[in-house]
Amino acid sequence: MNETLLFTILTLCALGVLAAIILYFVAQKFKVYEDPRIDDVEGMLPGANCGGCGFPGCRGMADALVKADNLDNLYCPVGGSATMNSIASYLGKAAVEKEPQVAVVRCSGACDKRPKTNHYDGTKSCVVAASLYAGDTACSWGCLGLGDCELACNFDAIHINPATGLPEVDEEKCTACGACVKACPKMIIELRKKGIKNRRVFVSCVNKDKGGIARKACSVACIGCGKCVKTCPFGAITLENNLAYIDPAVCKLCRKCVAECPTGAIHEVNFPPRPVKTETESTSEQKKSTLSEGNNPTRNEQKTETQE
Amino acid sequence: MLKTFKIGGVHPCDNKLSRGASIEILPLPAKVVIPAAQHIGAPATITVQKGDRVKVGDIIATASGFVSANVHASVSGVVQAVDMQKDAMGIARQSVTIAVEGDEWNETIDRSNDLITECNLSPKEIIDKIAAAGIVGMGGATFPTQVKLSVPPGKKAEFLIINGVECEPYLTADHRVMLEKAPQVLVGIRILCKALGVNHAFIGIENNKQDAIEHLTKEAASYPGITVVPLKVKYPQGGEKQLIDAIVGRQVPSGALPIDVGAVVQNIGTALAVYEAVQKNKPLFERVVTVTGKDLATPKNLLVRIGTPISSLLEYCGGIPDSTGKIINGGPMMGRSLCYPEAPVTKGTSGVLCMNEQESLRETDTPCIRCAKCVSVCPMGLEPYLINVMSRKKMFAELEEHKPTDCIECGSCSFTCPAHIPLLDRIRVAKSEVMKIIRSRK
Repeated sequence: MNETLLFTILTLCALGVLAAIILYFVAQKFKVYEDPRIDDVEGMLPGANCGGCGFPGCRGMADALVKADNLDNLYCPVGGSATMNSIASYLGKAAVEKEPQVAVVRCSGACDKRPKTNHYDGTKSCVVAASLYAGDTACSWGCLGLGDCELACNFDAIHINPATGLPEVDEEKCTACGACVKACPKMIIELRKKGIKNRRVFVSCVNKDKGGIARKACSVACIGCGKCVKTCPFGAITLENNLAYIDPAVCKLCRKCVAECPTGAIHEVNFPPRPVKTETESTSEQKKSTLSEGNNPTRNEQKTETQE
Repeated sequence: MLKTFKIGGVHPCDNKLSRGASIEILPLPAKVVIPAAQHIGAPATITVQKGDRVKVGDIIATASGFVSANVHASVSGVVQAVDMQKDAMGIARQSVTIAVEGDEWNETIDRSNDLITECNLSPKEIIDKIAAAGIVGMGGATFPTQVKLSVPPGKKAEFLIINGVECEPYLTADHRVMLEKAPQVLVGIRILCKALGVNHAFIGIENNKQDAIEHLTKEAASYPGITVVPLKVKYPQGGEKQLIDAIVGRQVPSGALPIDVGAVVQNIGTALAVYEAVQKNKPLFERVVTVTGKDLATPKNLLVRIGTPISSLLEYCGGIPDSTGKIINGGPMMGRSLCYPEAPVTKGTSGVLCMNEQESLRETDTPCIRCAKCVSVCPMGLEPYLINVMSRKKMFAELEEHKPTDCIECGSCSFTCPAHIPLLDRIRVAKSEVMKIIRSRK
């Protein structure tokens, strides 16, 4: 009895040792060299595995960063400039400067602004609804409100507001990974630069219908009247297919277009509230603005800056 | 033993309420809205302007590519607008609005009721005439007929299959056409055979239309080469690939076309339209539409001009019932709910169905229990439950090998699912995403 036990244990041990020796040599033979820097760079990345950089996860990005000759096309939107700078100095390469971005929802057709014309009871998914029909309001361009962006977000940064039926972005949490941009079948969400002090001016509408049709469908739609284009002193606004678009690279955040828009489709974010003007004040303000119009645009911008 | 297709299939209750209602002509509406895109392929280019006077049968939009079709005026009157109008899905499309004045037909159209059986045109001339008349597949897929008839070089059509199956529940338009216009349909089939250079045509009719089978068999006796094939009732037998399998027992491989197995499939309605176009010079500007529903006062089969608002069809049949939950454009299995009842009738509108609230209610879906019912009913041999999950997880690159692109969107999987999972909705998304991947590779 004891002998059987002994032989069993011995045989197993011998087999184990033999396998270990074989495995050692096999491992030596087929060893794959991996740059140890990849592990380090991966450690420096945020580890969100969101795919915002275009690679499947942070490891893929780290691999690409180590192998790349220059980092021009590689950028981690989650880590931002700080992470990219530290990785670049670790690797001894030049980092690219990119302005931080944030997701912006370009639809403000809340339930009271955009009346429902039909009732959708299908799968609660925007991409399914979009594959079936135009939407439950007369606007065939706007938000379907079924929350594909919310599902796509890895950072808990975008949520459908039940009161308006529209998604709202939590700017603190948004990393501009672009997952929601890809998830939205109506292409409503756009990545725009965060702007100075997080201030942004944008057209909150994607409706390309003619003015009358757009207005009938939604009271806050861009009707393509072109007033903002004429007002903009910097030529930042273009009008295409009955829809205005403000180029964030050119826009100087003067906010003139916001006041001009007849439907209120242009939104300003994170600006301090405008001073409530009395009659006399507003005329003097107007004079000031007509005076400054001839001025150098950069000076004009500085002035608005200092005013705030 | 009656023939049917081999893989999958379901048996929905057929509800053919308007089976006995003869085709009635719908009075002309006050205005029609005719979309330029009523077919698969490139939208036609509109050739009329606001203020133009048109007669019935005048061309108002010309085909803008190989896979495209002409569009004709369905009424006489003045063009009121050429602009974007919403279609049944609520999406704005280029359309021509015509205000109706009288009913003046283009002089070239032969309006007599005489049956012309002789056709001395060459196959090329027949196909050209069909293309000029703007004929598309009338079963609902709206694929331009002249493209189907132009057999690509290196391939040969061996036989023509005529789809008289009408497997969608409720719909009876083809059934009535077979009963009331049999000689015209048969001449149309002979013309199609001539255009394809084939000697044999099969008409597949499901066994629930006994009267049509008897009537057509009797009539077809005087037309050599046309055989009526009674088929066992099973949905979706009207699918092109299923019908070929049912009648001749050949299976179209994945990604291939019916012509690869020597078959060309046309609908009963198309055969009638071909007869009228070739023998009577009448372009496709009207079609038979079944207007039906359990709560509808009088379900009917109507001969309707293209562009007529669907609401006026329902009005003619006793008005939209109060209990209506959804109005479906098409049949209950494949049709889509209308966004608004004023949407126009198009070349592909085979039926309008008023579903009551009870019927149109969607059950809440529960988790998949892996019963594999969807797998056993899928007529294309796909795995709907798997495609559904992968589509939800956005695994489109991996999905390609599971062939969502083969899906014919018959809805058998969603119909049979005991957990009420909207499988087809997700598969449709997967299909279009995988198509995008395949196209981007080319």
